[in-house]
Parts: sequence; structure tokens; C-alpha cells
Amino acid sequence: MRYTRLAHVLALCVGLLAMAASAQEIEDHKSYPGTGDRTLRIISTADLEVFEPYILAFQEDRPDLTVDYTVASSIELYRAIRGGGVYDLALSSAMDLQLQLANDGFARSYRSTQTDALPEWARWRDLIFAFTAESAVVILSVDSLQGAPLPLTRQELILLLREHPERFLGKVGTYDLRESGLGYLFATQEARSTDAYWRLSEVMGRLDPLLYCCSGQMVDDVISGRLVLAYNVLGSYAAERLAGETGGKVQIVRMQDFANVMLRTAIIPATAQEVEAAGALIDGLLELGLRDDPGDWPLPPLRQTGEVSSAGFGPIRLGPALMIYLDPLNRRAFLDEWENAMEQDTDPR
Amino acid sequence: MRFLLVEDNGELAEAVVKRLALDGHAVDHAACLAEAKEFLAGASYDLILLDVMLPDGDGRAFLAQSRAHLETPVIVLTARAQVSDRVGALDQGADDYITKPFDFSELEARCRAVLRRRGGSARNEIAMGDALFDPMSGSLRLGEDCVTLRNRETRLLEIFARHPGQTLSKGQLLDRLFSFDAEVTENAIEVYVGRLRRRIGPMGLRIETVRGLGYRLETAAG
Amino acid sequence: MIRSMSIGRRLTLLLAGVAALLSLLSWSMVSGLARQAAARTQDNVLAASASTIAETLRSEQGEVRLELPYSAFSMLGAISEDRVFYRVTAGERLLTGYSDLPAPEPDQANSRVTFGNGTYRGAEVRMVSVRRVVLAGDRPVSVIVTVAQTLDGVAAISGQISRFAAGLSLAFFVLAVGLSEIAVRTSLRPLNSFAQSVSRRGPSDLRPLRPGAPAELVPLRGALNRLMERLAQSIRRSEDFIAEAAHRVRTPLATVRAQAEIALRSTSDAEDRHRLRQIIRAVDESSRSAGQLLDHATVAFRAEHLARDPVDLAELVNQTTEALTPTAEMKDIELKATTVSVTVHGDAVLLYSALRNVLDNAIKYSPEDTTVRIDISEAGAEARISISDEGPGFGAGPAEELKERFRRGGNTEGVVGSGLGLTIAADVLAAHGGRLDLGAGQKGEGACVTLVLPTS
Repeated sequence: MRYTRLAHVLALCVGLLAMAASAQEIEDHKSYPGTGDRTLRIISTADLEVFEPYILAFQEDRPDLTVDYTVASSIELYRAIRGGGVYDLALSSAMDLQLQLANDGFARSYRSTQTDALPEWARWRDLIFAFTAESAVVILSVDSLQGAPLPLTRQELILLLREHPERFLGKVGTYDLRESGLGYLFATQEARSTDAYWRLSEVMGRLDPLLYCCSGQMVDDVISGRLVLAYNVLGSYAAERLAGETGGKVQIVRMQDFANVMLRTAIIPATAQEVEAAGALIDGLLELGLRDDPGDWPLPPLRQTGEVSSAGFGPIRLGPALMIYLDPLNRRAFLDEWENAMEQDTDPR
Repeated sequence: MRFLLVEDNGELAEAVVKRLALDGHAVDHAACLAEAKEFLAGASYDLILLDVMLPDGDGRAFLAQSRAHLETPVIVLTARAQVSDRVGALDQGADDYITKPFDFSELEARCRAVLRRRGGSARNEIAMGDALFDPMSGSLRLGEDCVTLRNRETRLLEIFARHPGQTLSKGQLLDRLFSFDAEVTENAIEVYVGRLRRRIGPMGLRIETVRGLGYRLETAAG
Repeated sequence: MIRSMSIGRRLTLLLAGVAALLSLLSWSMVSGLARQAAARTQDNVLAASASTIAETLRSEQGEVRLELPYSAFSMLGAISEDRVFYRVTAGERLLTGYSDLPAPEPDQANSRVTFGNGTYRGAEVRMVSVRRVVLAGDRPVSVIVTVAQTLDGVAAISGQISRFAAGLSLAFFVLAVGLSEIAVRTSLRPLNSFAQSVSRRGPSDLRPLRPGAPAELVPLRGALNRLMERLAQSIRRSEDFIAEAAHRVRTPLATVRAQAEIALRSTSDAEDRHRLRQIIRAVDESSRSAGQLLDHATVAFRAEHLARDPVDLAELVNQTTEALTPTAEMKDIELKATTVSVTVHGDAVLLYSALRNVLDNAIKYSPEDTTVRIDISEAGAEARISISDEGPGFGAGPAEELKERFRRGGNTEGVVGSGLGLTIAADVLAAHGGRLDLGAGQKGEGACVTLVLPTS
């Protein structure tokens, strides 16, 4: 029983991964040629269409540089850098993995007036620099509420799911913590901060949740109607994708009892060859990160979200404590518990 | 004049006493300061001749301490030629000083100068016939008439006055009138005697030439 | 070299050196303490971190289990941004963490907490190991939790404090040097005023120095006083000796002279008289030359330590004229002084000696019944005393030659003293920066000797 359930979940994940992989194979890599023969190699977790404006802006200043952009999951990115992959810049939403890389000596230190201008919470040791602050949100289709008010806390969400399982069964999506670095980061930080996380997980586990590797697909599935609720989606992606949506059928809800705020960070890998260009791009990103007006950019600046959500919860702290949940023992323990929550009987009746 | 000689050297003292007596001065001799004080207590003197180096003390110290109550003029006899010593003696109250060995004519000249400065405290006028001769000032008076003799004339007249009625040889006069450093011939005596004759003639005094012997003063009375 | 350095500079340098040493010492002490304090703080947090991890050790189904508590690393992150490494081993088996992280060698076999330093991944690290025995099933397993942290935070904190301490020490040093400069100047003031009081003294001032010097200068004052006392004694003794010698020589001479005069009075024999006069002249000559030799020596001595007292020339002329009037009168010579008050700076005794010698000379060479004029005049920066007589004069020839002749021929002329007398006068004037001019009288007759002295 237990094993079949797990196999089911795993099969779903593999399927999703395969889908994602095939999708990535088309878009996972793009080169923006410059006039010169130097190439800045970026590995990033940000989707191409999200990050492309930044690259183009950068090339306006440095037209000589060819920018080679590779999209990878945060775990892939982590493994690539750790494995000695040659990149000049690594941009990731998984702060813990970035910190682990920096702590273990896979990052190169960099200092400029821009990095000095960063608030203390937005950098660590001249190795990691945050340039966006993005919060985790819940998106759900308004139809599923059937007139009920939007759930604003986890408790309300738990009640909603528990009282109306028929509306949500098989239509709830969240990160597969085993595959998504960001999902794992969100989950561990949330578990540390609120006990409602495990209860919510159990409730979701009973609803036969679909597990995803990436925010983008979750948002797509909500829009397409395959999902009615996606939990812990990157707010920035959601806003981006829902921009075209009309009628307010899908709502973005930020939990008010606790909301994770993730810092998208950059490191210059120790293997970098175009250090100067990487630094220049970091400076550009930080300048945008420190802007006051959100403007037209796909990703939010550091302060906007920081200030709004600082009504209690700042962004996740950059520091060695992030490495705690990456410890294999802890990770195993955490994932065991999570799998237990997710593999409950889908048929209580 | 009456002198008090304070001098510890007996031989010098004896010679000085004898020498001054030849000119008709009375001299008491004290060999030390103590003796000098005794003499001063018992008699009054026209002048004190004070040696500075005495067995019972320094003559200058004695001067300094007795100057306040001693009215008698003092001429210091010093063996030093040092300028500083001379000035020092004057500073401490001596009226004049003379360096040993001394010329008695210079000593006399200094004595006269000192006494004259003191305003004639010792007025030793000598009666010469009807005239009165003051050897200190060199004045010769006869009634209302008065002549003032020059220095050497005064001393020449004084010599005659001290030896009334005596015939004095040119050599004797020469010794007393001139110091010894210049060669003076006896003709000079004749010149001075001639001058003196003209000055004192109106006062009834005559200098007779004693042929082959010298000169003699004749008063009108004599 | 250092011996000739001024005490003030030496003291200032010495005090500055001491201040520098103390500053350096205080800086290194503060730096050391700061480093120690920072290191101890790090040690404490590291130990707390390792202990927190060790607290979670437990045994489950015969296996040693643990979970890393969030606080274990968050407390490390709270004190600095240092990199953190860790390792947990049970016996020989790695439970979790960095397998190649070295563990500090426990200095005692059963000490629970061990600290150590090492290098890991290219960085200096401070390590702590906490040992805990866990019963796995039925066998005790020794579990070692090692947590290491790089030293950048400690270095940053101690560097910051060290820089601050360096600034403070530098300020202290500058202040100390300034204060020591003041202190040195203050404490050397008595020495300077002491030196001034010694150097202000006249050349013949051998009185003892007044008391009132600081204790350190009392020995110097004593030594100086003793030296001056000895010097004064020596001068007194030699003066006494000269006086005694002169007295011994001159008193018999005086006796001889007096006796010769007496003998001269009592003989009329021309030959005897001639001899006696020769005796008297010889006595006078020896006496005069002895006197002038002594004068010459006095002048030479005093000219070396020339006093610079104000001297009124009018007073000087009056004094000299008065002293020589009896001598002049003996030859019916009139001394006619025309004086104006002019002040020069010099040794009154020497100037008196010079003037007296010149005047004495003039009287000696003047014929009977003549006049010797003494005139004071002032022209430009010079004061002049002219003594003119109606004597035979110096004869033909340039004045300088005459002076030279007098200098050189003083003893060979047979007229002892005359030459030396002018030499004395010329020496005195030269010592005063002046000169002795010899020349003819106003109408080309007689001699005119002029004493020229600078007035400034």
C-alpha cells in the first residue's frame, strides 16, 4: 500500500520531470551574440522569458559581450557548479544551495560600490548578492470557492480544503521537494516558522496532490484549469503569467500568517573566466534590485516586497543556518516526513 | 709741620724722620697700628704718613675704620705700583698716596696739596720781618699788600724762611728745589733767586749773595 | 655625539622614546586582548553550536541518530559571516558533514570539548569538537561533533579594535611628547636661570653663588663656589705675594733713597754729591721700571677679561689731573683740563692707568713754567682725550714709527718707563677697541698724545 502510493507519486513526478525536461530542451539554452569574441556564461534558474530583458539591457551597455544563458533547476545548477562546470555567473532562487556553494569555496568574492550599497541582509561575505525579493503565494481559481471568501491564512486554507475535498481532489499542486530546490527551501523555512505547514501538508496529501518541479508549470496548470490551487508558487511568476488572464478567475493570495520571501541571488563561481563582466552584470542587477519603482521589469526589486511583507517576516536570512536542511541526515528526515504526509490514502470514504 | 709716621721698618722710619727734620718738620714714629692709635689719642698732627703693610694689620683697613672720627689727612705709603692699589687706597679714605721709594720733594708737594685741599687746617704762617709768609698758599703779605708766589718761588722762600740767617749754598738749594731725574745746573738756582728777589723786594725782603758760599735772606728788620 | 646633545633634547627624546614604547605596548596589549576576547567569543559560540548538535544525538534501533538543529548554525551566523564546516563521526564512521574536515586532537583523553586551529579548504579555521558517548544498541559509541568556522570575523573585530587602539596610542604618544616637551622646558628652567646667573657675572666677580637652586643643582653650585673660592684664594695669594715682594724690595730702596738725600744735605763735596745724586736716580729708575712692569702685567691680565662698565671720561680726567697736580706743581707746570661728559664702556682702572701714564710722561718732558692741556672731545663714534705739552715733542717722522720706537726701545733709551708708559697706554686702548695717536702739538710744537676710544 505504502509502496504503491509512493510509486504513484514518484511516477507522476517522473512524468512531470520528463515533460519539463523536454520543454527545457527547447528553451534551456540561448546565446545572445555580441560584437566581440568574449562570452559571458550564465547559468540560472530564471526562465528565459523572465530574464531576457535583463540580458538585453546588459548588452546595451556591453555590446561586445556574447551572453550565453543556460536555464537549469536549482539542484542542477548546484550540481553543475559543484562539479566544476565553467560558468561566469550563477543566478539561483535556492538561497540555501547558493550559500552552500559559497560556504564550501565554490564562489569568488566580489566587491563594488553596488555591492557595498546592498543592505546587510541582501548579501553574504562578498560572495552572494541578492537582487530580487520574491514571495511565495497561493494561487487558486475563484470558481473553487463557490462564493466563499478567499482564504488568507493557512488555517482558513486548511478548513477550505478539509470541508470541500471534492472540489480539490487531484487538483492541488505544489512543489516536489525532492526535485525542486526552491520548493525544499520554502518547505523547510515554512516548517521552521509555522506548525500549520505539516497540517496543511497532511490535508493536501489526502487530496492526491500533483507535484511540480517549477512554478511556471503550476501557474500554467491553474490557468488551464487542470489545477484549482497551487501552493507556494513564486509570486513574481504568478503575476507575470496571470497578466493576460481576464475576469479574475485566478487569484493570487499571500498568506498572512506567514509568507516566505525568497531572495534571488547571484554568485560568481570559482571557475568563472569573465569575472569582470560577471561583476558588471551583478552591478547592473543590484542597481535594479535597489530601485524604488518596480517599473516594467519582470522581477521585483529587493525593497518592494521586503517592505510589504516585512509586516512580520523578512526575507529568508542568508547565513550558514541555511545549510542545516541541506545536511543529508536532515534532508532525509525532512523528506521522509513530507512523503509520509503526501502519501495518505486518497479515498477516506 | 707735625707728622705721624706709621711705618714698621725701623731703618726707613729713622731715615724719614731724620730727613723730614732736616726740613724743619716734627715727626712722631709709630711702628704699628696700636702705637699709632696711642699717638693719635695723645696729640694732634698735621698729617699722617701711613704704611699699608703693618705687622698688626693692613693700613687700609685701619684707614677705613678710623676715617669717620679722624680728621687728620692721611698720605698712604705704598710699596705697590699697581693702579688698582692706588685707587683702592683713595677709595678707603686716604687723601693721597705715594709710592716707595719716594722723592721727598714730591712728598712735600703732595702734603701741601693735601693740606691746601683740606682748606688750610694747618696754617703755619711764618713771620719774616714785617711780612707774613704762608708757605702753603705761597702768599706773602705786608699790610695791605699781598703777592702770590709761584710754586718753586714759594719753596725757595720757604727754604730761606726755615733757615733764618743762614747762608745756603747753591747745591743745597738745588737738592731741595729740583727732583733728581733731571739734570739741572746751578745756573737755574741763579735764575730762580733772581726771580724771587724781584717778587719779595717790595715786601722788604732781600736775598744777599754771599760770594763763593751762596745766598742768605735778609729781612728788613734784620 | 650624545654627550654634547642638550639635556633638553636628550630628555625630550628619552621621554618621547618612553612614550613611544608605552604607546606601542598599550597598542599591542589592547590588540592582543581584543584578539583574545574575539577568539574567546568565537570559541564559546562554536562550543555552544557543537553542543547543541551533540544534544540531538540519540540511539534509534541500534543506530546513532541526530538532526542538526537550525539554531546550531544560526548562532554562528549571528556573530559573523564566517564560513562554517562541520562533521559528526560515530567511532570511525562518518555520520554527516564534511568528511575531510580535520578534528582537533583532544589534549586529554576524556575531555569533552576540544579546541584547535587548522586549515580547511584554503582558509584558516577555528575548530571545536564535542565528544559524547551514545549507547547504540548495547555498545557505547563515542560520537564526535566537530564544528569549524573561518577566522575572518575574529580578524575583522580584532583588526577594528586594533586600528582604534593604534589611533588612540598615537594620540597618546603625541600628547605625551607635547607634555614631556613642556615638562622638560619647565624642569630645565632653573638650570638655565642658574647658567644665566653665572654667565651674567663680571670677570672678577668671584662671590659665592646665592642659595636657592633646585636640589639637583646644589652639588654644581657647591662645586662652582668651591672653584671660585679656590680661584679667589689663589688670586689673593698671588696678589699678596706680589705686594709682599714689592714691599720687601721697595722699603729698603726707600731707606737708601732717604739716607742718600740726608747724606746729600750734609756734604758739600762736589764729587760725593754727584755720586749721591746718581744713587738717588738709580733708585728712582729701578722703582719706576718695577712699577711699570707691574702695571704692564696688570694691564695684560685685566685686558683679557675686560670689564665693560660705563666710565665718564670727564670724571676720569679730573681724577687723574688731581692726582698729578702736585707733581706738575713741582715744575710750575699748569694742568689745564677742558672736559665734556662723555661715557665710554670699559675698565675704569685700566683707563685711569693709561691716562696717568700719558700725563705723567707729558709732565716729565715739559719744561718748567709751561702748560699741559687735557681736552676731551667727541666725534662720530669716537671719544678723544688729547694731552698736549710744550715740550720738545717726538721730533720728525711718522707717528706710527714713533710709537713703534717707544714700544721697542723702551728699555734701551736709558729713560726707563717713558716708553713702557706709552706702551701700557697703547695696550689699554687697543683692548678697548681704541688707539693711541702720537703727534705734534697744535702749532707744530710740543707733543700731542691722543687717547681714542669708541663710544658705542
